[in-house]
Amino acid sequence: MTQTATVKATKPKGIGGGTLGQALLVPALAVLSGLIIGAIFILAIGENVLTAYGALFRGSFGSLPALIEGIRVYFSTGENQALVRALYPFTESLVTATPYILTGLSVAVGFRCGLFNIGAEGQFFIGALCSAFVGYSIRGLPAFIHLPLAILGGALGGAVWGMIPGYLKARFGAHEVVNTIMMNWIAFRLSDWLLNGPMQASGFRPVTPNIQPTAELPRFFADPLRFNWGFVLALVMAYIVYWFLFKTTLGFEIRSVGANPDAARYAGMNIVKNFVFVMALAGGLAGMAGSAQVLGVDHWVGQGFAAGYGFDAIALALVGKSHPFGVVLAALLFGFLRSGATEMQSMAGIPIDIISIIQGLVIIFIAAPAIIRWIYRIPTIKTEETVLTRGWGS
Amino acid sequence: MKKSYFAMVALIIASLVLAACGGGQTQTPAATEPPTEVVTEAPTEAMTEAPTEAPTEAPTGEATEPPASGEGITIGQVTDLGGIDDKSFNASAFAGAERAVEQLGGEAKYLESQQQSDYARNIQQFVDEDTDLIVTVGFLLGVDTATAAKANPDQKFAIVDYSYPDCFGDTAVEGETCGSATELPNVMGLTFDTDQAAFLAGYAAAASTQTGTVATFGGINIPPVTIFMKGFEAGVNYYNEQKGTDVQVLGWSTADNDGVFTGNFESTDDGRANAESFVQEGADIIMPVAGPVGLGSAAYCQESGSCRIVGVDTDWTVSASEYSDVIFTSVLKRVDNAVFDAAQSVADGSFAGGVYLGTLENEGVGLAEVSGAASELTAELDQLKADIIAGTVTLPE
Repeated sequence: MTQTATVKATKPKGIGGGTLGQALLVPALAVLSGLIIGAIFILAIGENVLTAYGALFRGSFGSLPALIEGIRVYFSTGENQALVRALYPFTESLVTATPYILTGLSVAVGFRCGLFNIGAEGQFFIGALCSAFVGYSIRGLPAFIHLPLAILGGALGGAVWGMIPGYLKARFGAHEVVNTIMMNWIAFRLSDWLLNGPMQASGFRPVTPNIQPTAELPRFFADPLRFNWGFVLALVMAYIVYWFLFKTTLGFEIRSVGANPDAARYAGMNIVKNFVFVMALAGGLAGMAGSAQVLGVDHWVGQGFAAGYGFDAIALALVGKSHPFGVVLAALLFGFLRSGATEMQSMAGIPIDIISIIQGLVIIFIAAPAIIRWIYRIPTIKTEETVLTRGWGS
Repeated sequence: MKKSYFAMVALIIASLVLAACGGGQTQTPAATEPPTEVVTEAPTEAMTEAPTEAPTEAPTGEATEPPASGEGITIGQVTDLGGIDDKSFNASAFAGAERAVEQLGGEAKYLESQQQSDYARNIQQFVDEDTDLIVTVGFLLGVDTATAAKANPDQKFAIVDYSYPDCFGDTAVEGETCGSATELPNVMGLTFDTDQAAFLAGYAAAASTQTGTVATFGGINIPPVTIFMKGFEAGVNYYNEQKGTDVQVLGWSTADNDGVFTGNFESTDDGRANAESFVQEGADIIMPVAGPVGLGSAAYCQESGSCRIVGVDTDWTVSASEYSDVIFTSVLKRVDNAVFDAAQSVADGSFAGGVYLGTLENEGVGLAEVSGAASELTAELDQLKADIIAGTVTLPE
């Protein structure tokens, strides 16, 4: 893969090369194909595809009549109940997408430097625990200090968790895949101990206390809408990562190291520094995902808090071609699918696992675009290859 | 022409999807079959079940079409991360819900939680559907259940293995999410006096041991686990008092409030190792209170032929039938009965918040058939059960 990769110093824009329309064509068709094959599975278990996908759509976007009715009621009577209900599905999808965006960015940043960060799951968990700790243990601070501190705590925790494999890779050549997986296990077991010991709320339950209100990411609407500033934070981080990777010298260095470490070294770039820095950055982003989740959505951490975001993130980075904007789009897709699945499960009686199947299919189709091009007879366009990760020996 | 074929399929599907969306709220009576596609869960390394849960029978799988009349109640169950077919309390609770709608009419549905943040969303989904009774499973749903119950005072809830008040620790924000029976009159906490059933199991074990030694171990030293162990030990002690014997209990001491714990609810290897060391210390009947860990113990007993197992939560001769030859008996926690009772109280209008306590008396807990029990032991157990219900035999606190 290294041999075919080119350093994209002159062409920073575009997701995987080509025009935007071209770039979006294959993913869009991949989603469509995923839904079609998903429909076959739904038929196979004897359910109604129409009902299922109708519920999926309503569950992820809401329904237009309900929204219009909600607005009408709100303006005629001032009663916002119906409006809140109409907005709920859409905002829930954005809430679900938030951790996906940040963990996806984490893995994407690693890919850009040729590093495979499988540790986003552990970094996410550590970030959440650190944020929760700052959130509940410090009292009496005003929100404008406490909240940033809690976010910073999570980001730092994740950064440390990512930096360790980065350092081991740079200093000793230990492969980051092995070490990030090991760090995941350490994070899981550490959290078991923390939640049953030092960080446990009083009582027997393996959960942390609730965070202080001053550490909460503010919500835009009243309960039950959980839509909060975490989503904005995620978008801002996506832009910062984009700017950093494509507009700064250090970002250029990172991409150069990812494209061809030997050439980068020959050009006088510090490989060691880049590995450590990128893994810390990746860990920080995943840690921030944990922060946003605990400070914005849950307000406490229990066992089973990290439930696959970090692993789904690998797929997200692949689907998004390791480009921050691509990752955001992919994360939104996952968020809407996951969130809509609740309604589909309840209204149509479709097992929630069908969503995992659709997600898997979409990933396959995007990872192997040749299938989509063959099915839909799309002529192959010469696109640049994005370096995802180098092999074992490098 | 492949191209046109695929394009056509794509168009048809797309139009179907769009048509469905335009149709507004078309609620369909969904048959709530258990999922036929079993995809492995997202990798959750943490404990995903309440500690004492063990394999149990799968949901009956019968479609729950309401009877002809439009009456009956709707029940919505929100699972914890274990999922609906966890062979544990999620499955058991849903079995109760299905039985309730079979008898009362109506519909039982479930929503599986895959992440902690799903709890609130799934509860909200059922609130939006005006479900008569929402059953939330496990103490991890305690906060979200309380929050939703406060926000929707007319919505009835039942939560398994949990009861209020609990503020998730004294550092919780005052009045934010915690509640009490008076504050949350619309929540019924379903809890279980499993020590009553474990007491009977201890008595039966003491009466049946060949070696004069029985044993128990737990997952983690927390009340929902140790309540089994305390009851078991008390049952053995009671037998010793009555019969003048000196049967020993390994693995738990109420006096020290400590015992043998695996530290997890996952490792069948730990279950095997614990059983092996207990057998070496002379025990021949073992009660593992650590979920699937106990299956490792059962496997050891089956291979070595040197011990028998007391199952917990469900009847292991059914739920772990491959080991039924080494299952001595099982301490039953009838989550299904509790959910059924909660549903019935909603149907007949007698629903009240507070705590539902499953006991021997209301069959919220019980003892499965004791394998190979002599008729006098069976009679003694029946008498003991009656005495506990009557209060003439009391368990230590």
